[in-house]
Amino acid sequence: MSERNAGWSVCPIPISRYPRVVMAHGGGGRIMARLISDMFRAAFDNAELNQGHDGAVLDVGAHAVTGGRIAMTTDSYVVHPLRFPGSTIGAMAINGTANDLAMCCAEPRWLTTGFILEEGLAMETLWEMVCSMADAARIAGVHIVTGDTKVVEHGRGDGMYINTAGVGLVRPGADSRPQRVTPGDAVILSGDVGRHGMAVMTVREGLEFEAEITSDCAPVWPTVRAMIDAGIDIHCLRDATRGGLASAVVEIAETSGTSIHLTESAIEVQPQVAAACELLGFDPIYVANEGRFVAFVPAAQADAAVSAMADTLPGARPAVIGRVEACDPGMVALRSVIGGERIVDMLSGEQLPRIC
Amino acid sequence: MRFVDEFRDPQAADALVKAIRRTVTRPWTLMEVCGGQTHSIVRFGIDQLLPGSLTLVHGPGCPVCVTPIEQIDRAIALARRSDVVLCSYGDMLRVPGSGTDMLAERAAGADVRIVYSPMDALAIAQKTPDKQVVFFAVGFETTAPPNAMAVFQARAMGVPNFSVLVSHVLVPPAIGAVLDDPDCLVNGFLAAGHVCTIMGCGEYEPIARERGVPIVVTGFEPVDILAGILRCVGMLESGEIGVANQYARMVRHEGNPSAQRLCAQVFETVDRKWRGLGSIPQSGWDLRDEYADYDAARRFGLLAMTADEPAECLSGLVLQGRLKPSDCPMFGTVCTPERPLGATMVSSEGACAAYFRYRRRTGVSE
Ligand code: SF4
Repeated sequence: MSERNAGWSVCPIPISRYPRVVMAHGGGGRIMARLISDMFRAAFDNAELNQGHDGAVLDVGAHAVTGGRIAMTTDSYVVHPLRFPGSTIGAMAINGTANDLAMCCAEPRWLTTGFILEEGLAMETLWEMVCSMADAARIAGVHIVTGDTKVVEHGRGDGMYINTAGVGLVRPGADSRPQRVTPGDAVILSGDVGRHGMAVMTVREGLEFEAEITSDCAPVWPTVRAMIDAGIDIHCLRDATRGGLASAVVEIAETSGTSIHLTESAIEVQPQVAAACELLGFDPIYVANEGRFVAFVPAAQADAAVSAMADTLPGARPAVIGRVEACDPGMVALRSVIGGERIVDMLSGEQLPRIC
Repeated sequence: MRFVDEFRDPQAADALVKAIRRTVTRPWTLMEVCGGQTHSIVRFGIDQLLPGSLTLVHGPGCPVCVTPIEQIDRAIALARRSDVVLCSYGDMLRVPGSGTDMLAERAAGADVRIVYSPMDALAIAQKTPDKQVVFFAVGFETTAPPNAMAVFQARAMGVPNFSVLVSHVLVPPAIGAVLDDPDCLVNGFLAAGHVCTIMGCGEYEPIARERGVPIVVTGFEPVDILAGILRCVGMLESGEIGVANQYARMVRHEGNPSAQRLCAQVFETVDRKWRGLGSIPQSGWDLRDEYADYDAARRFGLLAMTADEPAECLSGLVLQGRLKPSDCPMFGTVCTPERPLGATMVSSEGACAAYFRYRRRTGVSE
């Protein structure tokens, strides 16, 4: 560690010889070994990672509550810019994958991480992202147990891409597959929608609004665990990430062969998010979230579920936003704020900003 | 949405719906001219709340929808050039030209960029002097002032590598064209508030007087639209013709004179072809000769390009309010947002897109 790096505000960068990522950082030699030991291992520090082996050996049996089932998932993160109000690609890579496990009623425990770095990426930026991954992992209670690093030539990547895969321990008896959604279920949304997508959009496109829009990126397992601990018979969980709330609900309706009726006035959207969407011609129910999910529970348990969720979500207002019906299998309908009804479907592509 | 918004307020909407029900004694057909209003109507289900004798039909006011197919082809031809950066509003990228669309061209390597204003495109031109930067300047009177400003500034600052592909259209001649149709059933119009913020309401008075129709200027939020409908049916029931401004919070009678002056300086009124509708006399703006150097069609020799619209697409009837999108035989079968035949299926203001997105039954029990 050199003198030059002594003043970094986040935490000191442990590697100083190369101010930027070079091809050799993915080359398998000493330079890569240094990167792994001084940066990744230093930041992610945990017993499984410190085994220093080709893979991590995980002691699933040591965890009393397993019931024998694990959940596994993977996701890749390619967001640009790498940092935006409220979060970073690093925190997303942890929370996104951990949240997918939580949707299986699994306690997220172990993550792997694969970095694809672009030659020339500032080491300072890489360290900032690694630190935000380490912070997010600590908050989410997961260990990053093994990883991989590749470097692509300058111009062939967007700074950095991250892939994470995760393993979680499924709570005994839990079954949150879409097929369990039944007519009569209440649909609960865990908080306001549209913030993450608009936070990224406003930074990427250089748009300015009066109030800053911050991403909702956060771990959701504590909220899911609170529902399980409160004895809620969770029929299904689905995070409202890419494609937003609307796409998540449409997927569930199609997979479960039910029809889902939503009430627009119950769906919370922050005023600055609503204003930004209005300006660009976006519908906030199609905008990505990174900390929101929908839960399908028996109607009789809806109030208990909402209050269990609310206790874990300071500042958010989980609410019943709809119900499941048997008619029109696969269809999602939404009662508008003024009382008209419309169909909600997946969009054919991304939302594109309109003309005026 | 749980945010407080007086123009989406259910109580206010309900009071207006009740007042409309009390007012209407006969069948009336109203046309909302603007595609933004069409989307609000379909998205919020405003038409479902109205009495059965009141019919809303959707008008030609979607700039993306009416941009002629050859103009899309020109934009694509420009995008394919390796020396060109094509800047456009996002909405245009999915609009089908004769063969492909700009999203596909971008995937194939064209430098197509989404911008939010022509000034962004001008800034790109200044930063990229070794490329030709073309802004696809489409829209009604609302988007004309910023486009005029960009051209004006490009000339004033001497930015030689900037140009615009212009396809501006005007609302009053479009209303005239709808009324010219002998089969026209429209009794009254809702005019688009944002257009009138620029141009004012005066242009509509001769149309209202000569054609004997009420024209009510209004906004896009549900409460604005309902208030506009109430005003319009009130005028119809009492036999009143003329122009009413139901959007006074945004629209002054005279509009925005300095924006009008800027447009008049840069643009001249010309005959313009509308996709689906054909040529309408004196219905568009094009660059004046003084600004011809900034006209991409002239700079790149594209004026001779022509193309035919797919004959199966009935968007001309849809844009005149004569065909409900869902009654088009192609709707939802041959023509979908993934494989659109017409621009009305992909524009965020297109009526076919609104019906596909908000009204199509996905289940088996249609
Ligand atoms: S449904 Fe398709 S083919 Fe029919 S009018 Fe609309 S855009 Fe044209």
